[in-house]
Amino acid sequence: MTPTRDDARALLWQMVRIRRFEEKCAELYSAGKIRGFMHLYIGEEAIAAGAMPQLDASDSVLATYREHGQALVRGLPAGPVMAEMYGKREGCSGGRGGSMHIFDATRRFFGGNAIVAGALPMAVGFGLAEKMRKTDRITACFFGEGAVAEGEFHESANLAALWRLPVLFLCENNLYAMGTAIERSESDTDLCEKARSYRMRAESVDGMDVLAVRDATRDAVAYVRSGAGPMFVEFRTYRFRAHSMFDPELYRSKAEVEAWKKRCPVETFFAAMRKQGLLNDADRAAIETEVAAEIDAAVAFAEAGTWEPVEQLTSNVYARTRPAAGVTQ
Amino acid sequence: MSTVRTTYREALGAGLRAALLRDPRVFLMGEDVGRYGGTYAVSKGLLEEFGEERVRDTPLSESAFVGAGIGAALNGMRPIVEVMTVNFSLLALDQVVNNAATLRHMSGGQINVPVVIRMTTGGGRQLAAQHSHSLEVWYAHVPGLRAVAPATLDDARGMLLTAIDDPDPVLIFEHALLLPMEGELDADAAPVDIDHAAVRRAGSDISLITYSGSLYKCLAAAEQLEPEGVRAEVLDLRTLRPLDVDAILATVRKTRRAVVVDESWKTCGLAAEIMATIMEGAFYDLDAPLARVCTAEVPLPYPKHLEDAALPQVERIVAAARKVMGRD
Repeated sequence: MTPTRDDARALLWQMVRIRRFEEKCAELYSAGKIRGFMHLYIGEEAIAAGAMPQLDASDSVLATYREHGQALVRGLPAGPVMAEMYGKREGCSGGRGGSMHIFDATRRFFGGNAIVAGALPMAVGFGLAEKMRKTDRITACFFGEGAVAEGEFHESANLAALWRLPVLFLCENNLYAMGTAIERSESDTDLCEKARSYRMRAESVDGMDVLAVRDATRDAVAYVRSGAGPMFVEFRTYRFRAHSMFDPELYRSKAEVEAWKKRCPVETFFAAMRKQGLLNDADRAAIETEVAAEIDAAVAFAEAGTWEPVEQLTSNVYARTRPAAGVTQ
Repeated sequence: MSTVRTTYREALGAGLRAALLRDPRVFLMGEDVGRYGGTYAVSKGLLEEFGEERVRDTPLSESAFVGAGIGAALNGMRPIVEVMTVNFSLLALDQVVNNAATLRHMSGGQINVPVVIRMTTGGGRQLAAQHSHSLEVWYAHVPGLRAVAPATLDDARGMLLTAIDDPDPVLIFEHALLLPMEGELDADAAPVDIDHAAVRRAGSDISLITYSGSLYKCLAAAEQLEPEGVRAEVLDLRTLRPLDVDAILATVRKTRRAVVVDESWKTCGLAAEIMATIMEGAFYDLDAPLARVCTAEVPLPYPKHLEDAALPQVERIVAAARKVMGRD
């Protein structure tokens, strides 16, 4: 469906935001400001930008360790996300999680989970809670195609379908589980077929096309919210960068990467919108300027952040206060 | 106060029923908890009383239904997840260790996981090496979890009620051999604390420190030692994480000798942790080296005579105590 000019601008803005934010992250990683494992989303921006706005604020979101993009589009301010990457106290997880564990309970963004498929069973539980309370809230769970090889995917798909739970399984198929190509790890590379085998509705979408992502997700959200049961959506995508900052990319050819880069979701969308007269070069320049200012401010926020005192090392392991035995909360 | 004649099994069931009655957010979920009546008949009758929504049979998908319990807890419910035995809980170890235990911390305290996960533990029923092990120490190792082991009727009923109110994940280990144990329970039995160990028998000469099914073996050993002039104190740990260090040190400072009795294996087991705790906190109060009675370093065998030989028994506890007393 053709977007309005405002929609087109918003979609481009979100994708550019993610792209520039992560380019800055890579730079800061090289500068030693960000440490640990960091997984960039560059190339996959259309999925977060197109899918996330289809959810309501009261819906729940669970994601993976490649979640910076989802977090930003969900509405987490860039400053606390960047501060989290630094490990500062002002980070959105208090600095305790880092790049892979972005949380914001107020925005119902329940993390960055770094165990492949680890969030899927929890998403089933989120959906179960909504169904038991008879709300119309849904739970969206993002994961990569590598998760489909895990037993937790199959157990969760079965349970969600068996109990007709309002869970939206959003699979970002970037073709590689770290360095293992999907055809080297799956006996059947048709992921929708696997979901359908649990009697779950499934659809495959071009994950490089933000409008296709938006439209498919909008329909999927409506389906799940209607109480019809869970749904599986596969977004066919590609990550342009290495798996993490430690990956020498020995498993794929430069030619393959270059071929996919020609389908860059940011540039193809801008080109299409420009051609249709919905966006022009001045719009693009304005977006770049806004985004640069936001990222500069985020970096400044992170830089100005503080280190948690070592005396607090063992905090947030257990509740500080608990009800006495026999006192119901 | 009036009491009722009941069993450990019925006390566990009474705890579940009380939890379901008092809070609509509570539900029970697990394999065969509903229509079958519970693998060990603990939840018998609850399906009829509370319905399929709140007494929820699951497929044999430990990782998914334990994870679903964690997710439901994060999303405002108070789930009680039953896993058939601690042996099978290893299929859900990822969810418990990587999610339930970490989420409060990784989120900087924004979210917490008020889930209760119950399972049977323990050997002694000739069920061989995939149904008989005591693996609770695996969970007692992990910061972010609470692990408790009811050994009495009061605790069988009351620990669950306290655990369900706890803001953090609590694992309850129920010893399968105790299920038919009969006794008197207060008719209006209440929630009990899940923080403190309990002296089940007072003594002055040696401490037998234990928990769960081994409690009764220690009490029997204390009886046997009495005519020999050895007054043994028996400490029931009750909570395995966090350990009640004060109670452990207090009993040792009182008796100056201790034997730790633990149904898990000796190597890297809970007994080792307790002994180290005593060495750190009460070394100069000791009159003799510590001793421990644990399960032999073997997957539990099927034949009764071999299983009996592998598990801690009263005679081995008595022998260990005599040795610590210098009377062997």
